[in-house]
This record gives sequence, C-alpha cells and structure tokens, in this order.
Amino acid sequence: MRTELTVNGELVSIEAPPNTLLVQALREHLQLTGTHIGCDTAQCGACTIIMNGDAIKSCNILLAQAAGSTITTIEGLASADGTLHPMQQAFKDCHGLQCGFCTPGMVMNAIDIARKHPNASDDEIRTLLEGNLCRCTGYQNIVSAVRQGASQMKV
Amino acid sequence: MGSNEFANLPYIGQAILRKEDDRFLTGSGQYTDDIDPGRLVHAVFVRSVHAHARIKSINKSAALAAPGVLAVYDGQDVAQDKINGLPCGWLITSTNGEPMKEPPHPILAQGKVRHVGDPVAMVIAHTLEQARNAAELVEVDYEPLPAVVDVRDAKAAGAPSVHDEAPDNHCFKWAIGDKQAVDEAFAKAAHITKLDLINNRLVPNAMEPRAAIGCYNRANDEYTLYVANQNPHVERLLLTAFVMGLPEHKVRVIAPDVGGGFGSKIYLYAEDACVTWAARKLNRNVKWTAQRSESFISDAHGRDHVTHAELAMDSNGKFLALKVHTDANLGAYLSTFSTAIPTILYATLLAGQYTTPQVYVEVDAWFTNTVPVDAYRGAGRPEATYLLERIVSRAAWELGLSQDEIRRRNFITEFPYQTPVALQYDTGDYHQCLEKAMELAEVSSFEERRKATEAKGWLRGIGYSCYIEACGLAPSNIAGALGARAGLFECGEVRVHPTGSVTVFTGSHSHGQGHETTFAQVVAARLGIPVENVDVVHGDTGRVPFGMGTYGSRSISVGGAAIMKAIDKIEAKAKKIAAHLLEASDADIDFANGEFTVRGTDKKIPFAQVALAAYVPHNYPLETLEPGLNETAFYDPTNFTFPAGTYICEVEVNPSTGEVRVDRFTAVDDFGTIINPMIVQGQVHGGLVQGIGQALLENCVYDRESGQLLTGSFMDYAMPRADDAPDFRLGHVCTPCTTNPLGTKGCGEAGAIGSPPAVINAILDALAPLGVKDLDMPATPHRVWQAIQSARN
Repeated sequence: MRTELTVNGELVSIEAPPNTLLVQALREHLQLTGTHIGCDTAQCGACTIIMNGDAIKSCNILLAQAAGSTITTIEGLASADGTLHPMQQAFKDCHGLQCGFCTPGMVMNAIDIARKHPNASDDEIRTLLEGNLCRCTGYQNIVSAVRQGASQMKV
Repeated sequence: MGSNEFANLPYIGQAILRKEDDRFLTGSGQYTDDIDPGRLVHAVFVRSVHAHARIKSINKSAALAAPGVLAVYDGQDVAQDKINGLPCGWLITSTNGEPMKEPPHPILAQGKVRHVGDPVAMVIAHTLEQARNAAELVEVDYEPLPAVVDVRDAKAAGAPSVHDEAPDNHCFKWAIGDKQAVDEAFAKAAHITKLDLINNRLVPNAMEPRAAIGCYNRANDEYTLYVANQNPHVERLLLTAFVMGLPEHKVRVIAPDVGGGFGSKIYLYAEDACVTWAARKLNRNVKWTAQRSESFISDAHGRDHVTHAELAMDSNGKFLALKVHTDANLGAYLSTFSTAIPTILYATLLAGQYTTPQVYVEVDAWFTNTVPVDAYRGAGRPEATYLLERIVSRAAWELGLSQDEIRRRNFITEFPYQTPVALQYDTGDYHQCLEKAMELAEVSSFEERRKATEAKGWLRGIGYSCYIEACGLAPSNIAGALGARAGLFECGEVRVHPTGSVTVFTGSHSHGQGHETTFAQVVAARLGIPVENVDVVHGDTGRVPFGMGTYGSRSISVGGAAIMKAIDKIEAKAKKIAAHLLEASDADIDFANGEFTVRGTDKKIPFAQVALAAYVPHNYPLETLEPGLNETAFYDPTNFTFPAGTYICEVEVNPSTGEVRVDRFTAVDDFGTIINPMIVQGQVHGGLVQGIGQALLENCVYDRESGQLLTGSFMDYAMPRADDAPDFRLGHVCTPCTTNPLGTKGCGEAGAIGSPPAVINAILDALAPLGVKDLDMPATPHRVWQAIQSARN
C-alpha cells in the first residue's frame, strides 16, 4: 500500500503494508530514528510528533491515516545551518534532558503546548506534559524549558 | 594535585551546558534500536505465561514453516551448543559458612519455567512482524506448578520449591554486627522502638527499552554486540568467559547512546547472549528490542524487602543499638549483582548518620517465582535509609522529641568514623546539612502553613530524612573479601593529539549522566585548555582499554579519578619535554593554566606546543623519552565515598479521599566537590522523583495465588508524571571526599535514597491527629484512606 505525506517539508511516498504504524514508517522507512518507541500502550509519549499542527503519538495511528498530512519530527526542527529551534535551545539551556530518549517526544509536545498555551503557568505546563513520561529529569527542568521556549517562540 | 587545589581550577563548579545535548535534541542520538548494521534479521522471544511450570514439550514445526522464519531455538539447542547459564557476580557466604545456593540460570528455559516472562524459545525471521507471528505458532506444552511470589510465602514450610537446589527456597542467611553486644544493649535500654515495614518492589523502567544486536563476521570470526548496557566491558567479560566460552578479543561490545539505566542495564541478560549466539549460527546480524510489556517481565526489578527492626535508646533518646531482620526477595534466578544488594549495600548503611554503637543485621534471601531482583537506583541504600529514617522518626514521636532534636542528639560529628557495620566514613557535616535544610524548608513557619491547610479541610505534615550512602564502588580488595567476583577499579586513557586537543577514553558509561561534559570539564581544568578541545569516548570495548562501568554513583569518583591519574602521567612526561625545549631541568618546570614555566624565570611554553613536540620530535630527548603523549591509568579507590544529606518534605493530605500532594520538598546534599552544578541538580531532581514515585505511586504487584504480574504496563504501574512532583528547593554542603583526588562523592542516587522516608514521615505526621501510626509505600489514596478508616475504628 502506497501512502503520500509531507515529512519535514519533503513530499514522501511510502510503500508499506496497511498495518504499518506511523512511527514504524518514520523509523524504518524514512530512517527518521529520532522519534522513539518507549512503550506499547500509548502512555509514554516518546513517539510524539506534530501532524497537521497537533502533537500526536505516532505509535497510536496508522501510516494510512496520515495520508496527505503534514508532519514535523524532531529532525525537522533545527535550521539547515544547525541553529536549534527555540524550544530545542530552551531544553539545552535549562538542562531539560538527560538520557535523551524521551526528549524528541517531549520537545514536540512542548512546541504544541507553546503554540496553543503561550502563557501557560508552571502548573498548567505540568498538566499539559502528562502524556509524556521522563524517568531522568524529575520534570522540573522540562517545565522551565517549556516556559523559556514558549516565551522565545513568541519573539 | 590535592582536591582543594582541584576545586579552585577554572571550569570546576561551572554550569557548562552539555556537549551531548545537540545530538539528543536533533534526533541524532544512536540508541541500539536505531542502529542497522546491515544483513539484519529479527529475534522475538517466546516467554512463559506461567509463573511456574514444567515444560513437557516444545513443538517448533509450525513456527519453522511460517513465512520468513530462519530459526527457532530453545533450551535444548542451548544445551547442545554448551552455552552456559548466566553467572552471579557476587558470592555471599551464609552464617553457617556455606556458600549461597546458586542454581543454574539458563539463557533459554530448560525443563522448567520459573517466572512469567522466563524466555522459552527465540524465533528469528527476516522481519520483526514475521518473527512475532511465528512466535505465536511455537507450541509449548506446560504442566503448571504451584507458584510462590511473596517472600513471606516462600519461607513458609511446604511452600512450592522454585529450584531443586534450594528446596526450601532459601538462598542464604547472612549477618553483620555483634549480636551479643546488641542484645546486651537492648537489655539496658530505657526505650525500645519497633517497626515492621515493606520496601515495595519496583520496576526500573528506563525510558529506552532494552535492546541488543548480535553481529558476526565469519571472515575473521569476530563478534560485535550492540547493547543497551551500563558497563560494556563487564558485559563482555561475563558473556565471553562465563557464558559462551569465547576469547574476549574476538568480541566487541558497544553500548551506544543508552536511554537511562538506573541499574537495570548493568546486568548480562539472557537476550544479549541469545542474539550473540544466534548471530554466529545464522551468520547474520540479529536484533532484539524489548516491547515495554516485555520489559516489565524481563528487566531486573528492585527492592522487595520485608523487615522487622528494633531500636534501643537510653532515657535521653541516645541510640544504643539497632537490630534488624530482613527477608529479601531475589526472584527466580540470581541476577548479576543481586546478592550484594540486600547485604553489602544494605546492612552496612544501617548506622546511618548516627553514633549507634552496636548494629546487628540478619538477612534471609529467598527465591520466588518472580523476575530476578537486582540493583535499582540506590540499590540497598534506599532500603537501609527508609528503614532507619522511619524508625528514627517513630522513636521521636514515641519519646516526644522533635524530629530534628532526636537526630541532632545522635549525629556523628568526628571523622573519620568507624561504624559497627564495617564502613569508615571519611568526612561529613550532618549538623550543617540539617540546619541548612531546615532553613531552606522554612521549618520555622511550618505551623502557619499547617493552619492554612487545615482551614481548607486538609491536613499538612512535615517529614525528615537524613540519609547516608556508600558510593564510589569500590576498593577491589574489600569488595573481594566481601564476595565480589570482579575488581571495581576504573580505567581512563588520555590521548593528547599533536595540536593539543584531547580525546578521553573512559570505562565509565553515560546513559544520561552527562559524562561527556563533566569529564571534559575535569580534563580541561586540569590541563588548562578550552573545554571545547576535549571529547570523551565511552561505551565501546573496541575503543576504551577497559572499564567497570557506571552504577553506584561511581563515575566521577572512580572513573574521574582514573582520568586524573592518567593526566598526572601526561603532566610528568610533558614536563620533561618542556624542560628539554626550555633548556631547563625537569625539577624546575611548573605547570599551571595550560603553560609550562621555568621557576624563577619568564621562560614558558604552552601545552599545545609541547604536544606538538611530542608528535614531531625533531628537537626532543629521544634517547631518554618516547615520542607521543598518550597515557592510560587504572584507579582502584581506597575507600567508598559517603554522600549524605537532609531531606525535608511537606505534604498535604485530603482526609476524606486519602489523596496526598507533595507541596514542598527540600534537599540539602553533601556531594563533596561539585564539577557541574547544573548536572548535579538534574541528577538530584530525577532521583527525588523516583523516590517520590516509590513513596506515592509505584508498586510492582504479583498475584499471590497465580503468580501473574498484575502491573505489567504503564496502564497499571503508576510512573511519576510531570504533575506528581513540586519544584524542589536544593542546597549543598561541601566536605570534600578525602580519598580521591577530586574530592567528589557522587550524586546519582541520593535523591532516590533520601526521599521515600521523608515523604512517608510527612504523611504520618499529617495523619498523627487521626491516630494513624503506620503506612506502607506506596501511599496511594486508597491506602491512605484505609489507614484513616482503620485508625478511626
């Protein structure tokens, strides 16, 4: 089965069985291995990407359902010259990551939060991060990063 | 260089942003599952659905006939190829002088399965989906047997036997301390406080599931194993020398980017050996990645103690003696370091920060039909701290002393201090930690906050925990005397390149700790060069000379010290080169700020120029000195390090629902010298949330009858989420470690060690007016509500 979609600004066409998950298509067919798989129950959020402007868990959707969509993954955020997206920079500045495994999903969700709730309080950010598990950071620095990233994205 | 001098160098104590972050933030990290070495085939494991069963037969034919299937292997194939079982790295000797029971731990079950998830067969196919589908077709005919999962059941007479080698399920009885002296002290005590508690079983759940790729190159008969692991050299040693009988030089183990470990990736697991073995049999590269549901039933679990303790005091609340009995659940097999956790890393910490003159601890360890239990962040020390800080708090309540006062009356104040349970603390300042924590936590205004909480119908409590841990594992001779079957030194190689930049090869392994930054700071500081000029390589037995890996908060104190030793050698050699170039005597050369100077003159030469001379030795003392500037050092610590601190937690409890909210949490730690405070704070944050998770949320539950794991996914096992913890208030006290050249003590586990008792003590303080005196972790709303109801009735 052939599916066309736009990933990180590029139109791609993927030939894959109909039961292929979007996350599999990204990792195995497009070699975009920055999107991670941390669970099998859609609980951890490591696979979060942005599809048509919304952060979604790419383990929880079929590739076929993403036909014609526009997708941004962690690989699509930094500029061509390597300049980090303000949210990536904020995670770095705030030490919002340790082992890095949850980080791509965390950053994609953070961008979604910043776009939809640009003035969220720390408590609101904590609630909005509920769908993404991190075992390393204790979340405090992630909350700071989301706050800083959101404020930089307004500029 | 002394530790005080080191602490004053540039870069030391600076919150430098992490060098590794750009790759993680751009999706360029390379975790094991991201790697495709080519010629890849996929392995899926058929796992036991029973907690305990005899395998009557395995029929592979349908699976072998399925599309894409290359092989199906089971325990018989393993036995035929003479692949050994997984070894245990720590021999515990029982009080009667007998060695612990050490039943075999085959990499694929042979004859019997002993826990849900025990691997029975490995199916290998061209695609992952083909392997999964074929795994469904492997027919295993089981004869289910009665199972035992709880230590209290395992020790009962007539309990089902997990192993024939240990018919009563007893692995060992181990003890430390002077029992007679303890009994005498109890006879004289004015007051005795007693406590029964359970340290709840936990699932480590690093966010990256375990994964392994076994690769084989027939042309030169060489193996490469990519594996999510915390200590690739240890993995290689166990895999080659103990399990597969391969020469080490034919096996390269690469632990690339690893997505968290927390202990669970220390061990050699069956799957690692299986894919390596299969790679040669099939002459293909064989990949396995755990699904999360598989992680729950195959990653080593943590904790799971049942303990009774008694603390004897005089009339002033001065501790006279402590006696403890613990039943420890080891699971179905002995994992790599499992036996050291409830013994050496637990009982030796039970003096805590206190002058208790006599401590006696007895540990019975039991086999059960559960996943093996091994080190999980803190490993023995959280269990010790939870017990000690719970009983000390209870003693204060019983004696009518304040929580700080009972601790103050018993703190150790003179160092070095020899405890009655083997350890010798080198430094510490427990009073200062307590004072600072009370100030940061605003204890003086607690009563006002309590009233405000009560005004809204909730209850507020405050809980203390003064922890100590033994880190920097470990002096090899001491570890050996205690049963370790390995050394616990570390290795570092410092390679100065011709233009003065440096690559460091360390046996420590970073799986989130930020070594690529912290270690670069150490080297840059010591050599007086820009931190950008230093790169750190780890996690590859093909590049790093040797290593014992990362666990037990040992990396900076042991791995960092090895690097410092290698730099000492670099400096000594470079001084000779500089002396030659500056036409001076070696003895007159000083090295500071990246420059070699001739004492008493203005003659100097920068480090980079000396490096160049070492590699372009035209003007060089070739007759007495080899060219090149590349040194390796092994460092074996002379003592453990002893991080310590005071944690203070404030909770609010809703008495009508049992809901607990951590409102404030203050942590004051003494980690000795701090290299990168940003990274250290991050380590503390993460540890605290894991500890708060244990106290409030996390619990690994097996059905006591069927032995089935009831908490086998993130839907059932409550992981802490962003809204489960508050912002933390952190503070530091610094008494530099005296036994390593950096003065560091280690910071990776403190948060998880110190926090659980602080949380539970706070809840008990809040519930005291309702008459609640006891509560086990996790303090879920249901449990808290039940405790309130039972106290009322």
